[in-house]
Amino acid sequence: MDLQEYFSLVFSDYTLRTITLGTAILGAVCGMLGSFAVLRKQSLLGDAISHAALPGIAIAFLLTGAKESNVLLIGALISGLIGTFWIRGIITKTHLKSDTALGLILSLFFGVGMLLLTFIQKQPNANQAGLDKYLFGQAATLVESDVWLMAFVTGICLIILLLFWKEFKLLLFDADFTKTLGFNTKFIDILITSFIVLAIVLGLQTVGVVLMSAMLLAPAAAARQWTNSLGVMVLLAAFFGAFSGVLGTAISASQNNLSTGPVIVLVAGVFVLFSFIFSPSRGLLFRQLRFLKNRRDLELHKTLAFMYQIAETHENISHPHAIKILNNFHGFTRSTLQKLVKKNLVSLEGNMWSLTEDGFKTASNLYNQQTKEDE
Amino acid sequence: MNKIAVQVDDLTVAYNYKPVLWDIDLEIPEGVLMAIVGPNGAGKSTLIKAILGILNPIAGSIRIYGKPYTKQRDLVAYVPQKGSVDWDFPTTALDVVTMGTYGSLGWIKRPRQKEKKAALEALEKVGMLPFKNRQISQLSGGQQQRIFLARALVQNASIYFMDEPFQGVDATTEIAIINILKELRKAGKTVIVVHHDLQTVPEYFDWVTFLNVKKIATGPVKDIFNDDNLTKTYGINYKVSIQE
Repeated sequence: MDLQEYFSLVFSDYTLRTITLGTAILGAVCGMLGSFAVLRKQSLLGDAISHAALPGIAIAFLLTGAKESNVLLIGALISGLIGTFWIRGIITKTHLKSDTALGLILSLFFGVGMLLLTFIQKQPNANQAGLDKYLFGQAATLVESDVWLMAFVTGICLIILLLFWKEFKLLLFDADFTKTLGFNTKFIDILITSFIVLAIVLGLQTVGVVLMSAMLLAPAAAARQWTNSLGVMVLLAAFFGAFSGVLGTAISASQNNLSTGPVIVLVAGVFVLFSFIFSPSRGLLFRQLRFLKNRRDLELHKTLAFMYQIAETHENISHPHAIKILNNFHGFTRSTLQKLVKKNLVSLEGNMWSLTEDGFKTASNLYNQQTKEDE
Repeated sequence: MNKIAVQVDDLTVAYNYKPVLWDIDLEIPEGVLMAIVGPNGAGKSTLIKAILGILNPIAGSIRIYGKPYTKQRDLVAYVPQKGSVDWDFPTTALDVVTMGTYGSLGWIKRPRQKEKKAALEALEKVGMLPFKNRQISQLSGGQQQRIFLARALVQNASIYFMDEPFQGVDATTEIAIINILKELRKAGKTVIVVHHDLQTVPEYFDWVTFLNVKKIATGPVKDIFNDDNLTKTYGINYKVSIQE
């Protein structure tokens, strides 16, 4: 199947439609919530939560013997929440910094999870196969009820976001100030964090414990590059996330042996890379271009100003002078001279230069401006 | 003497084992422009944060016009240290100033025309109206400080707490800010400022509190701003010349 075939099938084929819808919704909700995680500088929190969810899945399986995703995800949700609030506890109650607390809980829970997984796999009953899909995710196992659940959670999340938009923004920007205004910051904080945990748990089946945090961070990091408005950022992140989901699913479905989760994450990664380079205001490319242009302009002005100082001492402003007397200290290079000639500010004759009438006037204005700004 | 705007009794605050503030009793009369001075680690910011309920004190009580702070929030505005927030946050100057209205709006309700108008007026007052749509990371340090001040002005309070509003601003901005503070005092407001530059205390303020974990002294600048109290607070022989 190639990409074209995929897109013609996506509306008619039940499985493809389910998976595509699922990854799109997942990408959107993760992008939205990821924006908050990124702006709170809690990027690693997503990683810790997803790893912390693993033992919950294993324990839920051991207790119930069921393999329905809903049952296992409730286990994941509980252990994810325990991990999250444990992290918060460590940060507020000890001297440890947040990165230490995150790393600690992440590896501790993941270790326990792996231990339980291997224990389960050694058991004689055949039911255990397939639990390891939660490690790297397997989008192909999504069924319609999973997608409904995702859509339901996303809907609630959207309503909460719209209701408490003002409070979320305030807390993200200035938590202390929020407290003095009388808002219960703990409540807002727990609300945001709980939804982040929920979104991560929903994504485990599709993307897996290991890569889940990328779903949260990549769309948000990409979106931040394009806008200076929180609202636009959240919308863009949702769009990038959804698009990564759809495109990742399409690519993985049209090639053999490409698992969906990693491809989605890679597509999101391409978004990030592209945004980092090509965003007009914050991107590396345009920033470098602006920097170079600025520098060249200044070099030009500096050379012209120096020429003006010399020309000023002569009665005839267009009296020719040797190129030799110009030097790099004054911003002079071959190319600046050429450019000045091209702009008709300077004329060249052999080894001599002279200011044109136009050049003298431009330079005198420039010079006045400079000295005025210096004062 | 005027009414007491802020009354602090037996306030003790500790972060870990060591107390940061020890048994502070403080009465701030209405209508003063007061500086809190003291060395680094003296607990100046902590005092403000404890009064505002950002920190939980170990002991002590705080009264704003005779009632607990939680009942009097509308009367109080706060300017945090400029460095306490991330100025790369995706928002505009106008938006930050509008945040000053969120307290009176309460939960869920969004700012409307009236709130926006108040924010624009505050921006005008601090001379930042031309920058209203500017992304906040593209403002200079002094401009960011003015935005914070405008946000507090929008709160339209009776008591203003400011944590080092002169930090990292140039002389022009400093004068602009102090003029606004003096205007607030003239309007009968109480303004409490954590301040570092001892030289400007007599010129800017009429009331001063010396703090170094314990309260050293509090009162009118002309009575208590002297070498004796400075030495007690800073622990070295301090000499400032005070213009008579």
